[in-house]
Amino acid sequence: MSDQNYVPSSKLGKWFNDRLPLLSLSAHLREYPTPKNLNYWWTFGGILTFCLIAQIVTGVVLAMHYVAHADLAFDSVEHIMRDVNYGWLIRYVHANGASMFFLAVYIHIFRALYYGSYKSPREVIWIIGMIIYLLMMMTAFMGYVLPWGQMSFWGATVITSLFSAIPLFGESITNWLWGGFAVDNPTLTRFFSLHYLLPFLILGLVILHIWALHVPGNNNPVGIDLKKPSKDTVPFHPYIVIKDLFALLLFLIVFAFFVFYAPNILGHSDNYIEANPMVTPAHIVPEWYLLPFYAILRSVPDKLLGVVAMFASIFILVILPWLDTSKVRSAIFRPLYKQFYWILVVDVILLGYMGAMPAEGTYLLIARVATAYYFLHFLIILPILGKKEKTLPVPLSITEPVLGGAPNPEIVKRKEIYH
Amino acid sequence: MKNFIKLISIIFLSVVFFGQKAFTEESKKLLSTDWSFKGYFGKFDRASLQRGYQVYTEVCASCHSMKYLSYRNLAEEGGPEFSEEEAKAIAANFEVIDGPNDDGEMFTRPAKLSDKFVSPYKNDKEAIASNGGAYPPDMSVLVKARSGGADYVYSLLLGYEDPPAGVTLDDGVYYNSYMYGNNIKMPNPLSEGLIEYNDGTIATEEQMAKDVVTFLAWSAEPHLEARHKIGFKAIIYLIILTILAYLSMKRLWSRIEPKV
Amino acid sequence: MSDQKAPKRRDFLFTASYAIGAVGVGAAVWPLVDQMNPDRSVKALASTEVDVSSLEPGKSITVLWRGKPVFIKRRTQEEIDDARSVKLNDLKHPEKDEDRAKNPEWLVMLGVCTHLGCVPLGDKGEYNGWFCPCHGSHYDTSGRIRKGPAPKNLEIPKYEFVNSNTIKIG
Repeated sequence: MSDQNYVPSSKLGKWFNDRLPLLSLSAHLREYPTPKNLNYWWTFGGILTFCLIAQIVTGVVLAMHYVAHADLAFDSVEHIMRDVNYGWLIRYVHANGASMFFLAVYIHIFRALYYGSYKSPREVIWIIGMIIYLLMMMTAFMGYVLPWGQMSFWGATVITSLFSAIPLFGESITNWLWGGFAVDNPTLTRFFSLHYLLPFLILGLVILHIWALHVPGNNNPVGIDLKKPSKDTVPFHPYIVIKDLFALLLFLIVFAFFVFYAPNILGHSDNYIEANPMVTPAHIVPEWYLLPFYAILRSVPDKLLGVVAMFASIFILVILPWLDTSKVRSAIFRPLYKQFYWILVVDVILLGYMGAMPAEGTYLLIARVATAYYFLHFLIILPILGKKEKTLPVPLSITEPVLGGAPNPEIVKRKEIYH
Repeated sequence: MKNFIKLISIIFLSVVFFGQKAFTEESKKLLSTDWSFKGYFGKFDRASLQRGYQVYTEVCASCHSMKYLSYRNLAEEGGPEFSEEEAKAIAANFEVIDGPNDDGEMFTRPAKLSDKFVSPYKNDKEAIASNGGAYPPDMSVLVKARSGGADYVYSLLLGYEDPPAGVTLDDGVYYNSYMYGNNIKMPNPLSEGLIEYNDGTIATEEQMAKDVVTFLAWSAEPHLEARHKIGFKAIIYLIILTILAYLSMKRLWSRIEPKV
Repeated sequence: MSDQKAPKRRDFLFTASYAIGAVGVGAAVWPLVDQMNPDRSVKALASTEVDVSSLEPGKSITVLWRGKPVFIKRRTQEEIDDARSVKLNDLKHPEKDEDRAKNPEWLVMLGVCTHLGCVPLGDKGEYNGWFCPCHGSHYDTSGRIRKGPAPKNLEIPKYEFVNSNTIKIG
């Protein structure tokens, strides 16, 4: 990379950089050669970084006012909403921020699926990303428990009870998780502790995620390797920075709409009722971003197997780089994969919808078919496609048609769509 | 870029669609009225809030607490906006338990602005025992705690009916077409002319229901007006900055040749 | 001609973007700062009413106001005379007793040493007023600093007599 030989211009800068090469790092980040054909789906990495930092900042602030005690948690949230200066704003940004974070992460993941960003040599980036995603779900789940409303309490009860499906040790494990014989104050305080800790773990993993990205360089819509600065790349600063900023601002407009005009639309009204261990709400529904997994859990009639299926649906993503055997990365050059990709998107949305519906009758049947298809896609369709699919020719460079040779019809078509 | 705009519009539309669907999925379509606080510029109708407070104290407060409200809230900006003197006078009508004093005794004194609303019962158990086994829920955040929100509470207040033929009700149970399961332990709280409004408004059932629900909507979301006002400014600001960022981006990328 | 104009327009565009962006960052940071200020429920407790009808001359009570102790002392004639006979030149922080206690019988002041915030002890010290045990500051019967490291007299909060028996602090 071009920045290995970076020499600061000032004497002080050189003195410091010899001892801690922060200036070299910053030069690397600025000059990092980025494929210039990245489309807007690639801006979600930057948006996600913003989401994480916004959640940490608002979360630290909320923790200054929140009281992690079963008797006081609900009151302290109302105190934040009513009395703390701008408390309502900070809490609504944090609560809706979680949803926006997941919205962005789903787009980020599906972008990687479409363009084959998980394939060699980027498997480690993908696996770190999946660990981040798993930690995000844990953090969000524990955060949802903290206001100690009805959904908090019963959501915590249902999710922690998943572990009771484990043979022999199930009960000991749930009691250990709860710190008692049911979800209660000890559970709340440990969830608060972990909810505060995990985001910093995520932050550390995000740094590794970006580090691992900067080794092979970005994937891109065409899916060819572009590691060295060339006609096909631009320096990260200012070209990608400004593009990311523009996309972030568009994202913030949507974010602001939720915070200011529909702050409770993504939450459940029952969570404004204080937790009551004697009364279960009529429908227990997790937050929207967990619904597909909830649907998978419920679609299996056996308790243990349901839990196994749910965890397997996440784990299967971790080993995806080895399930998809196609050498071609981008779906642009994989006409069959492209169609199955969109079927998967519809399947996951369908699962999410079924997760919100009562688990009975037709709903249950559809959920079962969708669950089966989810596993079919990864375990059967992808490996077969890798062997059988007839892919389109991949160009040697983004600017190939300009530099000579026959114009690639697919690239010409994509260009029209992007610009 | 076109894809991106498409995506955002899909998100917007689905939120609007599902948001409305969530409300209409109730077993019976909810009643509604011209709420002053709905919409992007919605504000509370002060007179309605003040009347709503009167309905609350004279009717609801005998069973329902509002433990997250303080008397000072009645004089705060964005609420009923009673004058400070009026709010003090309202507070002074209530007795709160304070102490212990220097002799170690608890004592009662008139409430001050900083005190929370006095609850009708000492604790939840007493509330349940006094109401035939049903807990009259605290109403501070009631509007946010029911799906359907203000419309639902409004419908419930006006939804008392004679039970349809063939339905028999236990003692102390009433028929309400909007209640989950149609059985409710709260007797119809409103009747024509039940109270005499201080400002001379005629106290029809609809009027009282509308006023008290407006009051409850405010108590559930006391910063709603500030939220709408700041939100409008924030979004206008973001749109301007987005346009500037777009122009800056176009200018920077114009250096890149050949274009891709 | 147009070549010369372009860089200027570009500069203006970038400067405007930076400036407007900075305003937004500032506006977004303010709520995060302001949330640490005293909140509405704390501000609502900003005044306290105290019944002093049972206080004998020469005695004092301490009440809590805004999380800090307030001394309310009903002074004897002797103590008043003591405080009023002091020459201003002898004081480190010259203030007339008449200004500190509008009603000479009643002295109301914050029980917080102006040195480093400890609570001084009553009826102690070389001037028969208050004495701070932390670093040895002596205050007289008007609560004025006479000896020791404290730079200022004990602070007088805003207060008023609601009636002859009740003092409203704040």
